Amino acid sequence: MGINYIYPEFEVVRNDARCIRCRVCERQCSNQVHQYDKDLDLVISDESKCVNCKRCVSLCPTRALKVVKSDCLLRENANWSNDNINEVYKQAGSGGVLLSSMGNPKPFPVYWDKILINASQVTNPSIDPLREPMETKVFLGKKGSDIKHDENGNLVTKLPPQLELSMPVMFSAMSYGSISYNAHESLARAATALGICYNTGEGGLHEDFYCYGPNTVVQVASGRFGVFKDYLEAGAAVEIKIGQGAKPGIGGHLPGTKIVGDISRTRMIPEGSDAISPAPHHDIYSIEDLRQLVFSLKEATEYKKPVIVKVAAVHNIAAIASGIARSGADIIAIDGYRGGTGAAPTRIRDNVGIPIELALASVDKRLRDEGIRNDVSLVVGGSIRSSSDVVKAIALGADACYIATAALLALGCHLCRTCHTGLCNWGIATQKPELVKRLNPDIGSERLINLMNAWRHEIKELMGGMGINSIEALRGNRLMLRGVGLNEKELEILGISHAGE
Amino acid sequence: MKISARDLDHKALNEALRGAGNDCELTDCLGQRFIAAGMSDKHIRISGIPGNALGAYLNGATIEVNGNAQDAVGDTMNAGEIIIHGNIGDAAGYAMRGGLICVQGNAGYRAGIHMKAYKEKLPVMIIGGTAGSFLGEYQAGGIIIVMGLHRGSARIVGNFPGTGMHGGKMFLRGRCENVIFPAQVNAHVAKAADMDEIMPYIRTFCTSFGYDPAEILDSDFTVITPDTKNPYRQMYVAN
Repeated sequence: MGINYIYPEFEVVRNDARCIRCRVCERQCSNQVHQYDKDLDLVISDESKCVNCKRCVSLCPTRALKVVKSDCLLRENANWSNDNINEVYKQAGSGGVLLSSMGNPKPFPVYWDKILINASQVTNPSIDPLREPMETKVFLGKKGSDIKHDENGNLVTKLPPQLELSMPVMFSAMSYGSISYNAHESLARAATALGICYNTGEGGLHEDFYCYGPNTVVQVASGRFGVFKDYLEAGAAVEIKIGQGAKPGIGGHLPGTKIVGDISRTRMIPEGSDAISPAPHHDIYSIEDLRQLVFSLKEATEYKKPVIVKVAAVHNIAAIASGIARSGADIIAIDGYRGGTGAAPTRIRDNVGIPIELALASVDKRLRDEGIRNDVSLVVGGSIRSSSDVVKAIALGADACYIATAALLALGCHLCRTCHTGLCNWGIATQKPELVKRLNPDIGSERLINLMNAWRHEIKELMGGMGINSIEALRGNRLMLRGVGLNEKELEILGISHAGE
Repeated sequence: MKISARDLDHKALNEALRGAGNDCELTDCLGQRFIAAGMSDKHIRISGIPGNALGAYLNGATIEVNGNAQDAVGDTMNAGEIIIHGNIGDAAGYAMRGGLICVQGNAGYRAGIHMKAYKEKLPVMIIGGTAGSFLGEYQAGGIIIVMGLHRGSARIVGNFPGTGMHGGKMFLRGRCENVIFPAQVNAHVAKAADMDEIMPYIRTFCTSFGYDPAEILDSDFTVITPDTKNPYRQMYVAN
């Protein structure tokens, strides 16, 4: 029996009375869903190819199209969902590992949505950010724990290298290869205009983007693609990627079919060869080994750049973070299990790791308890969706946040979760020139700047409401947070009281 | 310029090297790590034992060690030469993309892991003695040569050579009948054309350590290549 009944997940609904046969949908769909039939003078659709990216819907000039979820489902079953069943069919037919994209879509609790922020009433008056100065600038890196004077009694103010950000948000790692040239250009230009940083991911730094170096975090992962002296020196900071929230414990793999042209040049590997990032760094088996990589990077960059160590949020994250803080890293980046990805095995993405809210709270507490919180800055991601998530993260103890999915949404991503096909109709997760050019970096960077400026304003308003005029005064200020609908254990881990307390 | 490494930690030592001229002699080396990290345009001779990550991210400098070296020699090396008159530890040449690592004695585990070549960049590691397990794991490019000289009854390489290999070539001196290779590589006796490819490196080895090429070439070499550069292609189904 070789027949699997997998009915198309979406239906393309065309209002024929509105359709003017302009064939925009046909030209715009890289999945080849739409086709004009000359004899019938009809545009017909093959919805089995549709990924629901809404490109055709967005560009249809007469709003003749919509894409809806199909109601032709298997018999309802609370245990065996349609997804469960279809996944079995797919694997029975292919023998393959299920591959998905973007962050974990399963209905796990989102703790950000169960945390509420405080505001001042009567006492400790709130501050109007339109009228009074508000500081959103942050410096990431080691802060001295003691005060030193020179022989003349003057304060020694020389700090280890710091990453200066105008607001506590950075664009997190997405490699050139997983996303397009125009997406990288949009991120780089926006980061520069905003005074924040974007992150190269592990695919190297395109030669055209060295000019954005002061606003670039360059990443070193287990595959070491494109890593050499000039690359390390180009960035404002160097990030060692140990893990990623979407796929903790496994490596990366960009198939050879995507290693073409500039991607090959930027990664410094031959065209057509798979780019395999092994799951572990094979020279790191301990905190001491990590320390060796941290310091080899510091030596190679003459101690001028902070070194970030990025890990996925996993069960013993507090102990892991403590080890990283002691490895000599300047910044720890923690990526929660909802973090996005250009491709990850479905089972890993949906079942491995822990929520960033809990990881952050336990790491911050552990580092404080051990008296080493100021030895490192904490950056969290996966997933930060809004300015209020940023404010909650800062109050839980983060110094800054990494955002990626939100940045891609600003660039036009419609979260169809099929990045792994390389056919992104929005010109983001693709290397096909005819698709890449759909993303205009002038517009892309402007939209990113708009988004961040809006968030910055909202962050100021939320801070002002609490009577706080500096992001530094919000950091780790858990009294500003209350939980709703959380059990005692969750409140204990988050270190916050329940609403009403 | 002569620098004594005595009482210098790795930071002070590299500062001294950076401040010194192009021709440096480093004496009394005792385990300092990261020596010459990222350096170019220098010729550094070392006596004593350099510590881990000697010549990490090396970018064109030449390093000659009159003794053994420890782990992670030439980590992510981009260009240059590292010549070791002795043995080296584990994970030498991790992800190296260019340059030459030439070792008179033995190498530890995971030598040449994830070596990669790119256009004119062709990394080469030549080991006079034996290599430990996982030689050339994930090798993606470049050339690894192990010659097993003076090894007595020891095997030329440990277990699992070439696991995950998807590019480049590995040459082992001898017929390697007692070596078990993973399924995704091909091993055959090197032909004249294969040998032509590595002759320049064998000559460099002989010049550096005083061997006669004829003595090395009196045995066949086994050449190992991957059977695909896309080892993971069939593993996935889109979901």
